[in-house]
Order: sequence, then structure tokens, then C-alpha cells
Amino acid sequence: MAEDKGKGLQSALRRRLLMGLAGAPAIALMPRMSFAAGPATSAVNTTGLAVTDTEVTVGILHSATGTMAISETGSIQAEKLAISQINEAGGVLGRKIKIIQEDGASDWPTFAEKAKKLLVNDHCAAVMGCWTSASRKAALPVFEQYNGLLYYPTFYEGLEQSKNVFYTGQEATQQILAGLNWVHKEKGGDSFFFIGSDYIWPRTSNKIARKHVENVLKGKVVGEEYFPLGHTQFNSVINKIKLTKPKVIFADVVGGSNVAFYKQLKAAGIDLSKQILLTISVTEDEIDGIGGDNIAGAYSCMKYFQSIENENNKAFVAAFKKMWGEKTVIGDVTQAAYLGPHLWKMACEKAGSFDVDKVVAASPGLEYKDAPEGYVRVDPNHHLWSKTRVGKALPDGQFEIVYTSPELIKPDPFPKGYQ
Amino acid sequence: MTRSTPKTIVNDNPFMKPMEWVSLALLVGVIFILLPMLLDAFRLNLVGKYLTYSFVALGLVICWGFGGILSLGQGVFFGLGGYLMAMYLKLEASSVENTKIQSTPGIPDFMDWNQITELPWFWKPFTSLPFTLIAVLVVPAFFAFVIGTAMFRRRVGGTYFAIITQAIAAILTILIVGQQGYTGGINGITDLRTLHGWDIRTDSAHNILYFVNAGLLVACILFAQAVKKSKLGRILLAMRDKEDRVRFSGYQVASFKTFAFCLAAVFAAIGGAMFTLQVGFMSPSFVGIVPSIEMVIYAAVGGRLSLFGAVWGTLLVNWAKTTFSESFPELWLFGLGGLFILVVLAFPNGLAGIYRTYVEPRLTRRVKALEPAPAVALSHAAE
Repeated sequence: MAEDKGKGLQSALRRRLLMGLAGAPAIALMPRMSFAAGPATSAVNTTGLAVTDTEVTVGILHSATGTMAISETGSIQAEKLAISQINEAGGVLGRKIKIIQEDGASDWPTFAEKAKKLLVNDHCAAVMGCWTSASRKAALPVFEQYNGLLYYPTFYEGLEQSKNVFYTGQEATQQILAGLNWVHKEKGGDSFFFIGSDYIWPRTSNKIARKHVENVLKGKVVGEEYFPLGHTQFNSVINKIKLTKPKVIFADVVGGSNVAFYKQLKAAGIDLSKQILLTISVTEDEIDGIGGDNIAGAYSCMKYFQSIENENNKAFVAAFKKMWGEKTVIGDVTQAAYLGPHLWKMACEKAGSFDVDKVVAASPGLEYKDAPEGYVRVDPNHHLWSKTRVGKALPDGQFEIVYTSPELIKPDPFPKGYQ
Repeated sequence: MTRSTPKTIVNDNPFMKPMEWVSLALLVGVIFILLPMLLDAFRLNLVGKYLTYSFVALGLVICWGFGGILSLGQGVFFGLGGYLMAMYLKLEASSVENTKIQSTPGIPDFMDWNQITELPWFWKPFTSLPFTLIAVLVVPAFFAFVIGTAMFRRRVGGTYFAIITQAIAAILTILIVGQQGYTGGINGITDLRTLHGWDIRTDSAHNILYFVNAGLLVACILFAQAVKKSKLGRILLAMRDKEDRVRFSGYQVASFKTFAFCLAAVFAAIGGAMFTLQVGFMSPSFVGIVPSIEMVIYAAVGGRLSLFGAVWGTLLVNWAKTTFSESFPELWLFGLGGLFILVVLAFPNGLAGIYRTYVEPRLTRRVKALEPAPAVALSHAAE
């Protein structure tokens, strides 16, 4: 039975291949017409991906349940918005994108299992997904083994570069250094207190920040403290902050801990309009949980804020709210997730193929001018060139942008001198 | 094939009753023949993963079902087994050649990210496969022995013991997450590639590991059955039902409890090691309280008194988890929760209870009906 099926498929494939070959001269003669109808499936898919004459399958792999769902929902929404926009505009290489969504359930092994399912069972041409570093690390070997393609949206610690992954968020040096320079120059920040959640991203980020503060800005770090994920008692560290009197609190506390941290800071009488606090882990999404009043005055260092003034962003915010409701907010990662499907579409069209190897080869140098954050470009190291911005948190949960880096910042996942 | 009269059954204590042989044959048939025939490589690997959890459920049947000791910290032993295996695999994957990009080549990548420049002493023995295999069995057993001795000698039992095992699970998770330079932290130990030079990531390797895993599982079931049938097993049951009477009869209750707990720990550790081999990584999300309780649920759904039920329960719950989550990515947890409530409310003895109440009597009737008429007549005559 199984063998028969295989043969049937093979011969169908062969027929298509022959048709494709026969069509080749015609395509060469009339490139524009053939593009409108979409090139032959056999030509754009030589590696057995789920591509038909009318459809191409793309996976979405985020946590829809569990503790991470609150963060990852924005990414799912952004990816679905981008895909529906691409489909309305005619799809990719003449094919509509069909979504297969899987739930990583905030559980890293589940991410690996579902990634494998999307690649091996569903033959997805690309997967938009993962959020935490842990989920990416769990799924990464699967993408490398089965030669899949992952678009990863979160800002992260760097120290990674895989042929099979495109990182649409910022790596640590891109996000941090410009912000530290700004706070040093504009606010006279020369002494820092680092506080973070205890896992790889805050530790690596603080390591980079410490080297920059000590070696480049010639300032000093007066304290560095870590707390387990989900920790909610920050009184002791707040006392230490009061004792050491740092000019700047540099915070990379994540998830639910944020709510406790900022409320307790306020309760302890630390006024963020006087005490400078620079965070790299609070976006509009987090403020939703923390409460705008509790964090107003803090500075956040990101590549995107919902309040960016430009035409692309206006259209993006309007479309997002139309699809997902007026009350939704858009944070840095949500915007980065929105870039994934668009960058993939551009790479496929440049390569003229869905084959992973060709898409990867076509990606470096791609320019996306309609990005909500402004112009971005794909580096050969699979990260994006982007600007870094500093926003001041307002009581209404939005950010007032106080600084934008003048140039695009080069991504440098393995920074020399910072390791 | 002689039929024994009711009188001889009392004296006779066969290793397994005929119906238990049927259960065993059914299980072996399904996991060795039916599933490998029906499923593709990906799904079979998933079933292999589920089966590694059933080692834990099997241990829980002995320790909770027979011994009456509810442990809510079996993830600790599953995790220990898995981590010890992962340490060996990670060292093999971190050869100098594979890790050229690091500032210190030749050590696991997560150590390099945490500015550790030398392999810590307790990692060093794990370059040896025999040492690792022995450690997978001995370390969890020893750990369980220490906990068991400390608790049971002081007559800590029941709810208090369950709470303490939970605390241990929480402590170990925090330790692993906190010491990320030595343990990989919350990311766990990832990107494992080869076992003594054999690539464990290929489909054929997954197939072989599936059968090794299934074979080990059957061996563990038979071992557990032997324990159940022995005098030891009967003392465990007696202890569960009337602990004081057993103590007053002169038995060292603590030693028997410790044994059951250690055995459950070793089973869990074997499962953990097989998990690491088949899935290719290990993380603290298998050590903590939530996975530990989930493992108790497997045993509860299967029926905490039945060795086979434990395996079926694990398979059912995990299959449901995968299927629901694939079909309803946003609602599947409700489906799973509904399944648990249904089982606990309607069938307190789990799958095994359903089997015993509805299926077994019919099967027995069938078997009787199939037998030659004279035998039936004879047995009637004997009664």
C-alpha cells in the first residue's frame, strides 16, 4: 500500500517536473506573465516541502498556553496579521500561505516535539516561532537536523548563529550599548546597579553591559543581583539600591517578576522621575501587567515602540488593532515577529524558490523598507541591522521616544572584547 | 494446561495469573508489533518518549499503589537519570573540533557562555560510558536511600512525606537553574548528538532506541511483578493497609518503605536516561513539581494498583495531550483537564479498574466457553 502511494507520488512529481522543464523556455521568454500565474511547483520546490500549485504551508510555533502565553500571544497575532496581508497581496510566488499553528505550551521539550512535527510531518517551508532562549535552544537542533527554517522574533543574548535561523529581534550588543551611551552622555550615568532574572539572557546582557561600563564609559558597577524566574520579593535588593545609591538602575527582570519589582520600588519610595532606571526587558506588553503608574518615568531600550512616528508604523498599528481589537498594545517583539513572514516572502521571491538552502542564500542583503520600525537590512550573520531607541514610560502605558540612534547598528552576535 | 481446583489455587502462587499473561501479551503486542507497524518514524519516536514516562508511573505503582508512599517528587529521579546521561552525551558532543568557536574549546557551550574555562571535577568522570551507565542507576538509588532513611526512620509518612518530596523537587530545580554554569540553567543541556560515536539523531537510531526502551520497560514490569509476588510485596501491601500491625509483628517498616522508594527511583532514572537518548536533551522542566505531579496523574489514570495500567495510563494521557494540542492549540488544556476529572470521578481505579470491571469478566467467560465441554463438566462436578 505504502509503496504504491510512493510510486503514485513519484510519477506525479515526475510529470510535474517534465511539465516544468517543458515550460522552462516559455518562462524564459515571458517572465512577467509566468510570474503572475506563479512558477511551476516543481521549479520552486525541489526538496519535498508542502507546496502545491496554489498553497504553501508555513508553521507558527509559540506558547498559546502556560506562563509564556501572555508574552507570546502578541507574536502569534503579528505573524497572522503579516501572513493575511501577504495573502491579500497575492501570496508568495503566486501561492497563498496556509498556516499550521502548534502550541509550545511554555514547555521547552514540547517546542522540540512540535518543531519536529512541523518539519517532518507537515513539511513546512518556514516556521515563525519560539520566544524564550530556552525554547529556541531546544528546537534549534531539530531545525538544523531537518534543514528547516526558523524566524525568531525575540531580542536575545546573541552567542548564536545558525544557518537555519533568522533572528528578527536584536542581539544583546545592538540593544544595550546605544542605550548605555545615551544614559552616560545625557543623564551623566556613571555608577550602575544591575538587577536581573537568573538565566542566560540577563546574565549575558549584564556581562556585556559591565564590560561597556567599565572599559568604555569608565564608570563603575556598584552591584549585580539575580533572582529566580517568577521571584516576587525584591525588598532586600531595593534596600541595597538605597544604600549604594547608584546613578542608574539597569534592569533585566522578566515576566511576572516585573510586576512585583516595579510595585515594590514605588512602595519603597524610589521615585522614577528622580532615580534613573534603564530597562531592556519592559515593552508595552509588560506595562499592561505592571500598570503605567508604577513604572512611569523609567527608560526602556528597544528597537521599536508603538509610538514611533512614521507612515509604515501608522498603517501597521491601525491594521493590528483592526484585526485584534482596539485595546491591544504592540511591543518590540510583536513588531519583530511581524517582520518574519515579510522577510521570508522577500527571500523566496528573490531566490525564485521555496527551497530552504536557496532562501537562506538569498537572504543576506535583503532590505525591508516598509518595516514599522523603519528600514531594516539582513546581515550575512542572519541578524538584522536596525536602529536602537530609548523610550520614557508614560502613565498611559505608552513610551515617549527620547532617543533614536542616528545610524543602523550592525548586529554582532559574537562581540569581541565583550566575552 | 491442567485446570486447578479452587483448593490448590490457595497454595499455588504462580508468577502471573492467566489474565495477567493476557495483559502482558496485549502490551507486548501493541508496543512491539502494532505501533511500529502503524506509525511513521516521527510518531514512533513520540511514543518512545511517552514510554519513558511510564517507567516513572511503574515505580509509582510499586511505591504508592503497593507501598502506600505517595511521592510527589519522582521528577527528581527522572531528572537525575536524564541529566547524568545528558552529561555524558554533552561531553561527547563538545569535542574540541565541534566547539572551535568558543573562547575555551572542548567544554560544553553553556559553560563557555558562563565564563567557566575548565571542566568542573564532577563532570570529568562522565567521559566514560560504563561509569555513566552505573551512575544512572546508583546515584538516584543512593539519593532515594538517603531521603528514605532520613524520613521513614523518623516515621514521617503520608501527606508529610509527599510535601517533603515536593520540596526536594523544588530545591533541585532551583539548584539546577541557579548553577547554570555547571548545569545549563533553565535551558537545560541541549544539542546532544552521539552515544559512543553512534549518531542518536537519525531515524534508524530512534527506531533502535525505541525497541531498547520497550525491552527495558518489559524487563522492569517483570521485575516489579516479581517483587509484587514475593514475600516483600505482601509485606508492602500489609504495611499500606495496617502499618502498625506489621511493625508490631517485628518487621522493620522503614527498611521496606526505603526499598520501595529506591526501586521507584531507579525505574524513574532509567526512564530519564532513555528520555535523554530519544529526545536529545534534558532540562529542569522535568525535575520540578509540575512534571512530578503529572507523573502521578499518569499512574492515577492508569490505575495505581496495576503495573500494566501504569503504562496504558501514561500512553493515553500523553497521546491525548499531543492530539488535543495539535487540533486545538488554544483550548487543549481544557480537554486534558476534562479527561482527568472524568477518570477520577467515574473510574477511581483508573483504566485498570475499567478493565477489571468490564473487560476481564467477559474475557474469562470467553476463555471458559472455549474450553472443551468435559473439563467444564468435571469442574462443576468438583464443586
